[in-house]
Amino acid sequence: MNFGEGLTPEAFAFGLFTILTLGGALGVVTSLNLVRAAIWLMLSLFGIAGYFVLLSAPFLASVQVLVYIGAIGILFSFAVMLTRGMTNLKERFNDQWWLAGLAALTAFVLLMVGVIVPAFGNSGAPVSDQVTTTVDLGVALVSGNQYVLPFEVASLLLTAAMIGAIVIAREDD
Amino acid sequence: MVPLWMYLTVAAALFSIGMYGVLARRNAVAVLMGIELMLNAVNLNLIAFWRYLTPFNMSGQAFAAFVLVVAAAEVAVGLAIIIAVYRNRQSVEVEDVDMLKG
Repeated sequence: MNFGEGLTPEAFAFGLFTILTLGGALGVVTSLNLVRAAIWLMLSLFGIAGYFVLLSAPFLASVQVLVYIGAIGILFSFAVMLTRGMTNLKERFNDQWWLAGLAALTAFVLLMVGVIVPAFGNSGAPVSDQVTTTVDLGVALVSGNQYVLPFEVASLLLTAAMIGAIVIAREDD
Repeated sequence: MVPLWMYLTVAAALFSIGMYGVLARRNAVAVLMGIELMLNAVNLNLIAFWRYLTPFNMSGQAFAAFVLVVAAAEVAVGLAIIIAVYRNRQSVEVEDVDMLKG
């Protein structure tokens, strides 16, 4: 990407999604009102869905919107509203907030050293303009020599998680 | 296209912000939200690497789909645990949940 030759639509979209994702993430971490934090989370996840569109993974983008923003976002809102007194927290962070910040900063610096040093100066073009499509993903998920076993295990996991969640959250008789 | 390292940088920043949320927030629901941010950073990395390095192989997208499934299951169970803890303790502050402490 070369900003000197003018802003391409893709670069503009990338910047917009970056603002959405990282701004939303900062909102999640800092807001005192957890309902607002849930809304910020949805905004951040929406930015990620936008990245998926830019990276030509439209199926995952739509699943991101449906499952993450739709289901998980609503689940978070419900959890916030079911547990009283969470909409107005007195304190955001615990006493070790500076230690946590140090750890997060260290992780970021380590990741950047791992990312930027090997990749800097690299034009970073994809190896090919052709990509596999959603049809290929669907075939891969159910074909016997690829991901059919993980696929079935995932559905089993979802069933177990659903039953487990009901059992844990149920009122004791 | 936007170079790969930009996606990786955004994912690293998102992961670090999520990590800060997990480590520093007092409220258990906010901690879970931090975990969601971290999982999404991983998914972004998986899809970016898939698009730039192995676009003919389905493994990147398939892995991202499985991460999504596990994240959904994790949130459902996690929020159920938080609601159960709230019912017992009338609190979801992480520091109040010390029943297993000897």
